[in-house]
Amino acid sequence: MKHQNQTHTRARVSIKTLAVVGILLIMTGFMAFTFDNGGKHNNDPVSSPVAVKKDSAASVKAFKQVYMVLMSARCMNCHPSGDIPLQGDDSHLHTMSPRRGIDGKGVYAMKCSNCHQAANTPGLHTPPGNPNWHLPPAGMRMVFQGRTPHQLAKQLIDPKRNGNKDLKKLIAHADDGLVMAAWNPGEGRSLPPMSHDAFKKAWITWLTTGAYAPKGK
Amino acid sequence: MTNITVNGKPHQVDADPNMPLLWVIRDVIGLTGTKYGCGVAQCGACVIHLNGDAVRSCVTKLSRAEGQHIVTIEGLSANNDHPAQLAWNEEQVPQCGYCHSGQIMSAAVLLRDNPNPTDADIDAGMAGNICRCGTYQRIRKAIHLAAELQRKGAASK
Repeated sequence: MKHQNQTHTRARVSIKTLAVVGILLIMTGFMAFTFDNGGKHNNDPVSSPVAVKKDSAASVKAFKQVYMVLMSARCMNCHPSGDIPLQGDDSHLHTMSPRRGIDGKGVYAMKCSNCHQAANTPGLHTPPGNPNWHLPPAGMRMVFQGRTPHQLAKQLIDPKRNGNKDLKKLIAHADDGLVMAAWNPGEGRSLPPMSHDAFKKAWITWLTTGAYAPKGK
Repeated sequence: MTNITVNGKPHQVDADPNMPLLWVIRDVIGLTGTKYGCGVAQCGACVIHLNGDAVRSCVTKLSRAEGQHIVTIEGLSANNDHPAQLAWNEEQVPQCGYCHSGQIMSAAVLLRDNPNPTDADIDAGMAGNICRCGTYQRIRKAIHLAAELQRKGAASK
């Protein structure tokens, strides 16, 4: 009888052990799968965390380059302080006074894409083109015009004022189609003061060295 | 061949996809109500509706209209009785008249999107349509009248 009880106890123990080992194996397998996916995730450059190595001197130096580009006509003309875009190398108010509208794409019969096609229209004084031509929307105006280097740097890294962009999105924005259009502005328009590659390098340097704002107001 | 629908009628157009839509409408299809003004999207004489948007047909390529719906001044209403057309007649808006098909097409979009426009709304919506005769005051008056006619028309339906 005692022997029978011992046998039952051993059987119960081994079943329990098997169950625990089984659960552990399933969990290990699941964790391995998760980590494997995580590993792949980490190899994705878009989603990898951005390495920031703070260097205020290098950051401010890089921002001077960035500022030169952003305040050039090709960038600033669509980041006006008012609700009418700017036009031309002298950044005058856009002829016909098209308005920003709520979504940044114009109003009524004056929508940006009514004139601005998906590509540049050939010839002088013709509308430049891009499939996504627009101003920043009314709720996120992202003004460049009139901003000092200090103000613009602060604004660019503030998600409440930069279109909800974090560091990764800011870096990716350098290759945005509408940003790139600045370097393909159509006939008779000047280019930004440096190449896109040089701008992108300065932009990323500024952001990855701490995105410091130059001193001043 | 490019397939487009103009004023509800399907067309197969045998033309360069880069041809301006204005050329297609006037010279290929033969609807000459839409006018050539500046050719560089500066004046508004060539405004048509492309899927309801007041695009400038002088800089819009035929390829953009593939499979899309176009409305020209000839197709804006069945009997020239769009509220804007009636108001234009009532207020005797045109002087030389050259720009007015574009003016009316832009006004129709404004009235559709804003049935009760203020003077400021009219300025914002019509700023891209230039009139060399300077009929702007009558245009504004006619748009207010058209809005009224539109409201009465909607009420009587």
